[in-house]
Amino acid sequence: MSGLDETLLDDTEATVRVRFVVNGRKVACEVAPRETLVDCLRNELELTGTHAGCEMGACGACLVQLDGRAVHSCLMYAVQADGARIDTIEGLTESGVIADLQAEFHRRNALQCGFCTPGMLVNAHELLSQVAEPNREEIRDALSGNYCRCTGYEAIVDAIDAVAKARCEGGGAT
Amino acid sequence: MKARAFSYFRAATIEQALDAHARVGDDARFIAGGQSLVPALSLRLQAPRLLIDITHIGELRGVRREGGFLRIGALTRHCEMLSEPLIAEFAPLLHAAAPFVAHPAIRNRGTFGGSVALADPASEFPAMTLALDAEIEIAGPSGRRRVKADDFFLDLFETALQPGELITAIYVPLFKADQRFAFDELARRRGDYALVGCGMLATCAGGRIDDIRISFFSVGNTPTRVKGAEATLIGSSLDSERIAAAQAALEGDLAPPDSDEVPPAMRLHLARVLLGRLLGRLKEGA
Ligand code: FES
Ligand code: FES
Repeated sequence: MSGLDETLLDDTEATVRVRFVVNGRKVACEVAPRETLVDCLRNELELTGTHAGCEMGACGACLVQLDGRAVHSCLMYAVQADGARIDTIEGLTESGVIADLQAEFHRRNALQCGFCTPGMLVNAHELLSQVAEPNREEIRDALSGNYCRCTGYEAIVDAIDAVAKARCEGGGAT
Repeated sequence: MKARAFSYFRAATIEQALDAHARVGDDARFIAGGQSLVPALSLRLQAPRLLIDITHIGELRGVRREGGFLRIGALTRHCEMLSEPLIAEFAPLLHAAAPFVAHPAIRNRGTFGGSVALADPASEFPAMTLALDAEIEIAGPSGRRRVKADDFFLDLFETALQPGELITAIYVPLFKADQRFAFDELARRRGDYALVGCGMLATCAGGRIDDIRISFFSVGNTPTRVKGAEATLIGSSLDSERIAAAQAALEGDLAPPDSDEVPPAMRLHLARVLLGRLLGRLKEGA
């Protein structure tokens, strides 16, 4: 069995090579074990759409998809994600899967400064992929870990609600 | 808000993980979902020299029936408590509690074993292992053992886990046709820690309570069974007098901590309200 290599412990700053598939592209980078995934995405990979707010799992600004599920990129180290598929707001935008959500957020002023928006969109995307037509309470419940200091949330809930209904009817949001 | 530097080791087997821990000692930490550990490292409440990642150990995964138990692998994620049909059928109390655990994205990463090992007195799942009379399987340098939930939670964040040991699985007695369960919590906002929370599992015979286990969380240093209240309910048909007696018994069962935000008398009051509601639901379902 290949166990722990104790020379690892001599230099805790030594970087480790990690590989992921980020937004459909294979990437490799060198990270210190203590580097969080959000820092790796923003600094090493220059994907600055993912925001770092509280860095302790409270605000939701840093949400990304890890192997298809929304996770806080501030609550994991990049080394833990070695081998995983990661989709950030840039990738979700490029592929067009959240285009209707983005248009509806824009139309309803569901963003002002925009700091919370990438996290809101990742979360809304996951919600709508699991529950076809959530009611407003379910939407609010799903957003309970995403802080917005600007909008007062109402417009965000409206936008997600409108997209859910539009998707169910098979048309575009109004 | 950055962790102190550490080394990282991804263990492939339980033996590798235990061996790495044994070699580094107190300076090593196991990491699974990391949803509590990572913030603790960011705040430098802890500063280990080595993180041992156990999430790639196959033996810690999976949910299956084993004898009279449902064996829930330690790495079972909170979101799987909602999606796994075996849990909905054989451990419905966990299924009912899961939506109350943190936020959806935390549930996508956090693990059952990690939650029980941390033993946060405000968490849902540790308390539910008590209500379920579950057994916690532990692997460590001196072998494997199983500890009853009743004997597992010792004090604030202190459990029967010894240094270098890890939880491999939690065994939950299979839910039976003559059983009923109820769960709820009172929180200021959804996703916040509960002011008071409670789950219960009762065995009924002919409309009477044969056996009942009631466990509270957010009421003190550990998840807490309320044995006085349980005793008043045995043999009853959950009539309003007995429910009132059980509510009264909470005064002897619980000793909520001093807190300016939620004074002990208020927490006790909320516990009584919650107990009344849940017993009412149990009766409707019985
Ligand atoms: S930055 Fe991750 S939750 Fe706030
Ligand atoms: S738009 Fe500014 S924080 Fe939400």
